[in-house]
Amino acid sequence: MPTDVVMPQMGESIAEGTIVRWIKKVGDNVDRDEPLFEISTDKVDAEIPSPAAGVVSEIRVKEGETVPVNSVVAVIGGAPAQAATVESKTPPAAVSKAPEPPKPSPQADGSSSAPSQAAPSLPAPKATPPAPPRDAEKVAGSAETAETAEHHRSASSAGSALRSETPEDALRQRSSPLVRKIAREHNVDIGQIRGTGLAGRVTKDDILAFVGQVGQVGQVGQVAQVGEARQQRREPALAPVPPPPKFTPGAGDVVEKMSPMRKRIAEHMVLSRRTSAHVHSVFEVNFTRLAQIREARKAEFERAGAKLTYMSFITNAVVDTLREVPIVNSSVDGETIVYHKDINIGIAVALDWGLIVPVIRHADEKNLLGLSRAIADLASRARAKQLKPDEVAGGTFTITNPGVFGALFGTPIINQPQVAILGVGNVEKRPVVIDDAIAIRPMAYLTLGYDHRVIDGAVADHFMSVLKRSLENWDPNAV
Amino acid sequence: MTRRIEVRRLGVVPYTDALALQRSLVEQRQADRIDDVLLLLEHPHVLTLGVRGDGGRSHVLAGPDVLAARGIEVVEAGRGGDITYHGPGQLVGYPIVNLKPDRCDVHRYVRDLEEMLIRTVGDYGIDAGWVDGLTGVWAGSDRSQKIAAIGVRIARWVTSHGFALNVSTNLDYFSLIVPCGIADRGVTSLEQLSGGAITRADVEQRVVEHFARVFDREPVLTAAGV
Repeated sequence: MPTDVVMPQMGESIAEGTIVRWIKKVGDNVDRDEPLFEISTDKVDAEIPSPAAGVVSEIRVKEGETVPVNSVVAVIGGAPAQAATVESKTPPAAVSKAPEPPKPSPQADGSSSAPSQAAPSLPAPKATPPAPPRDAEKVAGSAETAETAEHHRSASSAGSALRSETPEDALRQRSSPLVRKIAREHNVDIGQIRGTGLAGRVTKDDILAFVGQVGQVGQVGQVAQVGEARQQRREPALAPVPPPPKFTPGAGDVVEKMSPMRKRIAEHMVLSRRTSAHVHSVFEVNFTRLAQIREARKAEFERAGAKLTYMSFITNAVVDTLREVPIVNSSVDGETIVYHKDINIGIAVALDWGLIVPVIRHADEKNLLGLSRAIADLASRARAKQLKPDEVAGGTFTITNPGVFGALFGTPIINQPQVAILGVGNVEKRPVVIDDAIAIRPMAYLTLGYDHRVIDGAVADHFMSVLKRSLENWDPNAV
Repeated sequence: MTRRIEVRRLGVVPYTDALALQRSLVEQRQADRIDDVLLLLEHPHVLTLGVRGDGGRSHVLAGPDVLAARGIEVVEAGRGGDITYHGPGQLVGYPIVNLKPDRCDVHRYVRDLEEMLIRTVGDYGIDAGWVDGLTGVWAGSDRSQKIAAIGVRIARWVTSHGFALNVSTNLDYFSLIVPCGIADRGVTSLEQLSGGAITRADVEQRVVEHFARVFDREPVLTAAGV
């Protein structure tokens, strides 16, 4: 009983494989599970064991050739090579109804056992080995094999052989697991995206463009891109702004052209005001405990080359709170909400010549020490004009600290395309009522500016109360 | 129950010795005589070739005399991928892991290695990621600089070969070749991007931590030395 050896499916998204080496030749004896050939997919090379014991009677795919998954690449235990001719003379219909070859290796476990009869809308891959014209019959035969293999592949990646294929399935198959993962993370329906890849596949770029994360240009550039994309896509154009009234500068007035940075800030602030429905909510936070912890651990942090500031604690607590209330770490794209996987915290830094918001990427992967270092590093390099362009891009939430200038609280403008911003007021000693007694405590007002399009007041206040609680009840051992 | 992975920090090991060690570990792992193993080591200067096509031989830019003068070996590696360079300052990791029963997907394996490396360099404040179609870990906002290379072999779902993370590698050596056959992109290192000295032990520690997390294994450290 001859056994067909097929190109194994080495992974969900792998549709084909290249034979790099035949370990056995035609006529060789092979044991079950003995290495038979080596394949290469992507950057991985794999050694494939024989599905059965016997003599290698036929090798159909030469070294260096690439064939679809489940194509027959060799036959074990059959009659010597002439058998192939007989088989290729079988009418194509009979070939496609032929029982599926036995699964060759444990890798193929779990894939479908019956060829799907539903005609997939995917184009069948090209016939595998280019054959000379006089072998037309043989080519037809092998094209059929390839197509049958494609049926198997579609069926197995759809999870069930019997499930008929919906257009959605077809689309899903046209995207890699990575794309699907991004889609899941951002709650995006891949069906909505027009694929630019092969045969309409939705590529990573397509989906990233869709969720508005493409490009890591300067922050304002990114904003502009998103804005443009929106206008092109589906967001109704905003009502045109009437031009400001004209005026003539008087004698002695100083007329100065805006610096490029000033211009970008101006554009960004106006854009943000026009984009988001800004609302602000102010909470008062008791810093007594943090003041004690900071005093106790300051020296230790200094020895480690970092400065333990209230901003370090606040950033750390914000990261935890964002994980708990993910809508605050999102973006709006037209009618979709994009929940960011990463937590990248922008820290607004005032400069003599303007304002810049460097970003602590993957802030959730940093501890208090790491955050302290990152804040100090970004702030000092911002002042020294040594930030790299990608260090001011990709933020998912921003913290600004007007308190350093004595402000009790601010009503900050959201840094687009984010949906919220935290303003930290001055920490100062105030008389407060504790257990019906008046006490003196270090207190500060924290303001959350949020986009009411996606964050309701109750959610914003929940965010703030969680943040307040974690700041006021900081575990001294968690430093 | 979380599976264990034995971590062996081997220090400097000649490429061919590491190849032999891997071969023996793969056999033992296939026979289930040992747990999963993660080898962490460094190679003396060597250029290694993949198995596909000419393995990247045509991507060696320097002549044999130049290579000999610099004391650089050329070795066939028997792994996926094109040519690459290994040398001092590079953290090389060879996971000998049985992907059965729940991780039998070669793409997933490579993506997991990438994820582990992305998290590792992220600890040094470096933002890196994957690039569709180009295996490895890429840094820079345009993802044009390779910071870690990946080349893997799988036999009966037991992995060998693995990754090479440039910690403080002298990047000049990459000019001897077209790394991985990709001409239009560069290479970089942790030290270059983070702008400060980095201790190798610290990087190894982080690699072990992230490997354990990504692959859901419990690391068991054994003494250094082959």
